[in-house]
Amino acid sequence: MELLVVFPPLIAFLLAFLFGKSLGDKGAQLVTCSGVIIAAISSIVLFFDVAMGGHGYTTLLAPWVTSGDFSVNWALKVDQLSVVMMCVITIVSSCVHVYSVGYMSHDDAKARFMSYLSLFTFAMLMLVTADNLLQLFFGWEGVGLASYLLIGFWNQKHSANAAAIKAFVVNRVGDFGLALGLFATFALFGSIEFTTIFEEAPEMADSVLSFFGHEFHALTLIGLLLFIGAMGKSAQLGLHTWLPDAMEGPTPVSALIHAATMVTAGVFLVARFSPLYEYAPTALIVVTVVGACTAFVAATIGLTQFDIKRVIAYSTMSQLGYMFFALGVSAYGAAMFHLMTHAFFKALLFLGAGSVIHAMSDEQDMRKMGGIYNKIPITYALMWIGSLALAGMPFFAGYYSKDIILEAAFADHSWWGEFAFWMGIAAALMTAFYSWRLLFMTFHGKPRASKKVMSHIHESPPVMLGPLFVLATGAVLAGFVFYEAFVGHHAMWHEAIKVLEANDTITAAHHVPFWVKKLPIGIGLIGIALAYLFYISKPKLPEATVKRVKPLHTLLFNKWFFDELYDAAFVKSSFKLGKLFWCTDKQVVDRFGPDGAAGTSNKIAALLSRFQSGYVFQYALVMMIAVIGLISWFVFKTGQGF
Amino acid sequence: MIDFNLIPLLPEIFLALVAMGLLIVGVGRGNEATNTVAWFSVFALAIAMIVMLGLNWDEHVVLSGMFKFDRFIGFTKLLILVGSIGALSLSVRFIKQMDMGRFEYPILVLMATIGMLLMVSANNMLALYMGLELQSLSLYVLAAFRRNSIKSAEAGIKYFVLGALSSGMLLFGISLIYGFTGSIDFTLIADTLGNLDFMPFGVIFGLVFVLAGMAFKISAAPFHMWTPDVYQGAPTSVTALFAMVPKVAAIALLIRLLYEPFGSLEEQWQQIIYFVSLLSMVVGAFAAIAQDNIKRLMAYSSIGHMGYALIGVVVASEAGISAVMLYMLIYLLMTAGVFAILMSMQRNQVSLEKISDLSGLSQNSPVLAYSMAVLMLSMAGIPPMAGFFGKLFIFQAAVEAKFYILAVLGVLASVVSAYYYLRIIKVMFFDAAVDPYDAHIPFARRVVLLISVIFVLAFILKPTLIVASAQGAAAVLFTG
Repeated sequence: MELLVVFPPLIAFLLAFLFGKSLGDKGAQLVTCSGVIIAAISSIVLFFDVAMGGHGYTTLLAPWVTSGDFSVNWALKVDQLSVVMMCVITIVSSCVHVYSVGYMSHDDAKARFMSYLSLFTFAMLMLVTADNLLQLFFGWEGVGLASYLLIGFWNQKHSANAAAIKAFVVNRVGDFGLALGLFATFALFGSIEFTTIFEEAPEMADSVLSFFGHEFHALTLIGLLLFIGAMGKSAQLGLHTWLPDAMEGPTPVSALIHAATMVTAGVFLVARFSPLYEYAPTALIVVTVVGACTAFVAATIGLTQFDIKRVIAYSTMSQLGYMFFALGVSAYGAAMFHLMTHAFFKALLFLGAGSVIHAMSDEQDMRKMGGIYNKIPITYALMWIGSLALAGMPFFAGYYSKDIILEAAFADHSWWGEFAFWMGIAAALMTAFYSWRLLFMTFHGKPRASKKVMSHIHESPPVMLGPLFVLATGAVLAGFVFYEAFVGHHAMWHEAIKVLEANDTITAAHHVPFWVKKLPIGIGLIGIALAYLFYISKPKLPEATVKRVKPLHTLLFNKWFFDELYDAAFVKSSFKLGKLFWCTDKQVVDRFGPDGAAGTSNKIAALLSRFQSGYVFQYALVMMIAVIGLISWFVFKTGQGF
Repeated sequence: MIDFNLIPLLPEIFLALVAMGLLIVGVGRGNEATNTVAWFSVFALAIAMIVMLGLNWDEHVVLSGMFKFDRFIGFTKLLILVGSIGALSLSVRFIKQMDMGRFEYPILVLMATIGMLLMVSANNMLALYMGLELQSLSLYVLAAFRRNSIKSAEAGIKYFVLGALSSGMLLFGISLIYGFTGSIDFTLIADTLGNLDFMPFGVIFGLVFVLAGMAFKISAAPFHMWTPDVYQGAPTSVTALFAMVPKVAAIALLIRLLYEPFGSLEEQWQQIIYFVSLLSMVVGAFAAIAQDNIKRLMAYSSIGHMGYALIGVVVASEAGISAVMLYMLIYLLMTAGVFAILMSMQRNQVSLEKISDLSGLSQNSPVLAYSMAVLMLSMAGIPPMAGFFGKLFIFQAAVEAKFYILAVLGVLASVVSAYYYLRIIKVMFFDAAVDPYDAHIPFARRVVLLISVIFVLAFILKPTLIVASAQGAAAVLFTG
């Protein structure tokens, strides 16, 4: 069954990519969509089998690398953790595949687009089913590649290419950390198989590793290095700058890769390594603090942005922050729970935004929207559902998952848990505010778009709305239905996630004070009310407020100047260094190396051609000279007369 | 001892009779008979080959030590016959198209072949000279065969004058050898030289002259000056013959001279061949860069290839000689394919010779372009083509015998020469297409091209078969 999950997307990719031309657009769409839908159905079956039924297992595919003590296999590890990921990936991917058929209907390279989506799906599945770090790394790089290709899909746009390169380079920093973590793991355990690592982790709790000439607590070091990898892929504060720019890609890509699946790979990685992190408390503190800061900072930036996709992108980043501080307080189950619900409502929001953009003739600036709720009522209703889930309003999916995270953070009773809790509450307020700011600016108020655009507004076709309904169902029900399985008293995780007795915050979270449980809802309602005040009842208020707190607004509107800082610190100096090397290469290496050799060859050739005069007597002369020369050589050498 | 065993010479005798018979037929029926005579000659060459395969390949010396037959000679003769069959098949239609379809053409090819067969069999300086001159005189005439073309006539004259000079050198060298050893028999020369405690300088003097004469025949630098002019001027079908067959014969004869009569002069001739080999590689690699005529380019290419082959001679080991024979075999088959393509470069019955005429060939006739690309890659020695293995065995032998400098310079020269082979590919595949060539390609030419390309591509699949026979041939020279 697990083969039916992983390989149909690969086959679909190969077919659509290699034979896209002969299959035609329709054929390619059919092949790729059926590939992921088969995968989705199989993974649901597998979910009931493994998660509900009992224990996981590993299917060996083939040996990959064997060299000395080092041996790695291609394998599919199917346990509760990977099966949850499989479901999320394949279901969202199916929705996005089908949605793309409608969304990309005006594009010229449909087969290429669909094949990249399938490639991404395959790589992501390889990542989550890995039973060793190398296969995980393979999938990790594979999703990075697919992400790069899809962000830069409209490669005629300069900004898209720049964004693709930025995403790739920033991720490279994280990948470097992951690779170092992999090496460190091998150095410590002598193996990169998960089973071995997790079994031996408790015994290694006190060992040390030497790194840059200093001795470090081994598991903390590995944990931090792996977390650097996770930060890159999951856009945590510091390595987050690529995610907003990645919105240059087509909207279905943003929904699939930059909201629902790839960016959660970091969360999955830390959850997968829970048996190791449990013995590296320092690393967990770092995870908590970084996650909490990300949740807060991203939310503040989200308040001020005008591009509809960027607002949702910052919201994604903020929600990822929630997941990370949940991991940091050992509430792995809660993080996975939020990962799952978030995938549904965030994909819904993105695809809904795509539907709006589609209706508005590719306009993304919310300042040029407004007053369109009655023209696209279905999209409008679906966006409400997504926003309610995001803001954590009762009985929607986000309510259950976000609350358990905040409760777990509170229940940790540590300074970092407390910090994360209050940062999370602040972020929740802002989340509600910017979500309704988005809704009000986009759908209400006076129409601010041109007449031409307004006359074109139309509801999206069924092929785009269908997937939205599927996701909306998830956004409404997923929290309520899966609460017990993910974070209940008898959660399904078994060996897949390991939590030490002392760190069991999820159990403790069920016994927090009443005000902690109810605070997020109250805060959320206040956020919505504020948004109503600012954007519906007193439309002049936002401008006045901005004037009041000018410096703060500048800071937020410019995204805390991260890009400018990096540009000054790294990008400019790299370019300078690059120019220096380029000049050296051109002026020294090329001039005396390849170019010099080629020039000399031409000179020799010209010289030899000059000998070839065409006169027989000269040819004869050369022959005679050669004979005399050879004889002279022997005379000279033997020093002997006749 | 009366010894009148003619059996080992049966192929030569048969071909000579056929040639004389065909001459009479030609005289009787005139140029109408050209086609018949040509195909009959091909047929006769094939029969000669079959006859030779049926002979006893152990060592035989016949006619009072005049001729010799053994595995090495047999292997060489097979190559010569294969090359002649190929070259003649390529010519049949071509000489008609070029308006030179006279019946003497196939007969001259036949005569030249007989000359080559005799010279590699020679076991005596006299027999050597007779065979060499028979082939040379036939080839002089062939070079000038398109007599209404000034270029062809010029090529014939140049070849003749310089060829005469080289024959003179050869004869002068032979006379010096005779003066010091008192014999013209290979075996006796070898015995006499082997028993000397001290090598008279006159013998070395003679050796230099003999080798100069031989180097002219294989067009090794610095005795190569005639090659580009003659290759360019002669009709393409004749150039194909020049490039393929006489070189095999001459290099085999050179090897026999060096190992049989001059075996004890190894120290001296190694220096000469070393120099000639190195210079040939350099000239072949560099001078070709400046060429824009493809026949001229092939001339320099052949000079370079002779340079590589001579590395195998210098190293004076069994591995070296078997590498040379293998190299010659691969070179012969590759060259046949290349010339089959060059002959098809025609527009409105006019032959084209410029490299720029290949421009955009991949669009007009992809089959020709891809075949040419394969052959060029093979010539450049890029794996997995046959040409790579030719060079590999040569360099391997050189390294084993500790001729490191020669091997390194050889590899460097082949890097330089890769430039002009790859340039042809670039012109065919990346330059703008011009008018297509005449579509019709005669059947025989297609077959030759097909065999050549298949050989080049498939050599890697089962190299042992051919390598083993080359080794068997080389072994003979080292058991005596």
